[in-house]
Amino acid sequence: MTATALDFRRPVGRAVLGALAHVGRLSFMLYEMARALLEWRVWLPRTLTEAWSIGVGSLFIVLLVAGFAGAVTALQTGYQFTGGIPYYVAGSLVVESVILELGPVLTGLILAGRIGARYAAELGTMRVTEQIDALETLGRSPASHLVIPRVLAGIVMIPILTVFANVTGIVSGWLAVQQVLPVTDADFIYGARVFWRPFDAWYSIIKSFAFGVCITIVSCYFGFSTEQGAEGVGKSTTGAVVASSVMILLLDTILARLLLH
Amino acid sequence: MIELIGVRKRFGQQVVLDGVDFVVSDGETVALLGPSGTGKSVLLKHIVGLIHQDSGVVRVDGREVSKLKREDLRQLRSTIGYVFQNGALFDSLSVFENIRLGITQEDQFRDLKYCHERVERCLKLVNLSPETALKYPAQLSGGMRKRVGISRAIAGTPKYLLYDEPTSGLDPVNADIIDDLVKSLAAELGVTSVMVTHDVRGSMRVADRLALLTNGRIVLQGTPAEFKQSTLPEVREFLERDFGAITFAA
Repeated sequence: MTATALDFRRPVGRAVLGALAHVGRLSFMLYEMARALLEWRVWLPRTLTEAWSIGVGSLFIVLLVAGFAGAVTALQTGYQFTGGIPYYVAGSLVVESVILELGPVLTGLILAGRIGARYAAELGTMRVTEQIDALETLGRSPASHLVIPRVLAGIVMIPILTVFANVTGIVSGWLAVQQVLPVTDADFIYGARVFWRPFDAWYSIIKSFAFGVCITIVSCYFGFSTEQGAEGVGKSTTGAVVASSVMILLLDTILARLLLH
Repeated sequence: MIELIGVRKRFGQQVVLDGVDFVVSDGETVALLGPSGTGKSVLLKHIVGLIHQDSGVVRVDGREVSKLKREDLRQLRSTIGYVFQNGALFDSLSVFENIRLGITQEDQFRDLKYCHERVERCLKLVNLSPETALKYPAQLSGGMRKRVGISRAIAGTPKYLLYDEPTSGLDPVNADIIDDLVKSLAAELGVTSVMVTHDVRGSMRVADRLALLTNGRIVLQGTPAEFKQSTLPEVREFLERDFGAITFAA
């Protein structure tokens, strides 16, 4: 009995210590970032380059997914319309679904895979090939050279990409719903406006901003904490994507509870 | 002067350094020898403050590295050039930008004309053409990467140069070129050098003094001649493993 209890306590203790170590290292990284914000001459040009790179690089896949998501939402709306419901409601459903949920969440999940994996792999490789150590020995801050540009670029670009995704999703939904229901343009616009509140757009932006913070910081942290060569880079990359995705879903729920009720 | 006194370091259960005493005087070139995985690179990282010891003292120019504040550590690092095992060049930057990052004085770093001249000078010192500055690390051979790594380390006119396995992975011809380079840089720039290596032959050619690190301790420090004459089993085993049946030339 005692041995069983001890066996149970040991892994729990290890897990708690491991979690605390993560919290400590993450806090240290955030502290270093805060200090390095003063070095704007270093991070500003790198941020612009990074923002351009992830913005342009991610645009196609974001628009593609948003387009299909909007279209499928519209088609399923048509499938569920059995009569008795005014057709303009289809406009409300498509717009609200895309703005409140599909646009920001799908964009967040796609970018968790695309940007998160890229950041974790880049920084992880730099860690195991001693490039980060090299920066430190040169008296330069890895936070201002590597972390801040990536985090800021993500925080700026993810909401912008979400806006593009929202517009694409709505347009594709608009076109798709007219294929399955006799909804006119006027019906769709009317429906979209009936349930529309300006806060909905802000909610979408706030969500995508929160996802941007989460994706970039989590993936930079995983990359920075990489150990043990190529295998470590693989683990960090996978870990960054999984952790970012889980956090996006958690944040999605928390923000819906906090901001919509 | 670099001083390590009673330095101990462990990673988890593994004791890597177990009371290391190691001193390098100004102007010396010292080779730190030892089999792979004995903590030579870990020791080198203590000097530049990348790793801190569990106990003992690490001093550079009389300043205790582990107790330095951020700005003081940054200033100390500007006096130390560190050559990493595989160059540790930044893949996304050109050779010019890589070497430019080695210029540690901010006013000089911002002066593009100075940077171009300095990068060209550093490339020349390691026998690379000025055109190399336009290339990216992926376009360089292993030997060239090492030399660019050395260029970056000397770009800030350091007082100390720390080499981590500068000849590992190179063919004998390129290894000899790097060894000669270490020697000539020490003479031309007057720097104090510490070279971590397991290449006994090369270190005998280059270093004023050798030190052998095994089992977390330095078992012998001395001139190349003293090493050759040593009867310590660890030293004999290490030398014979590297040289085999080859006899030492005078």
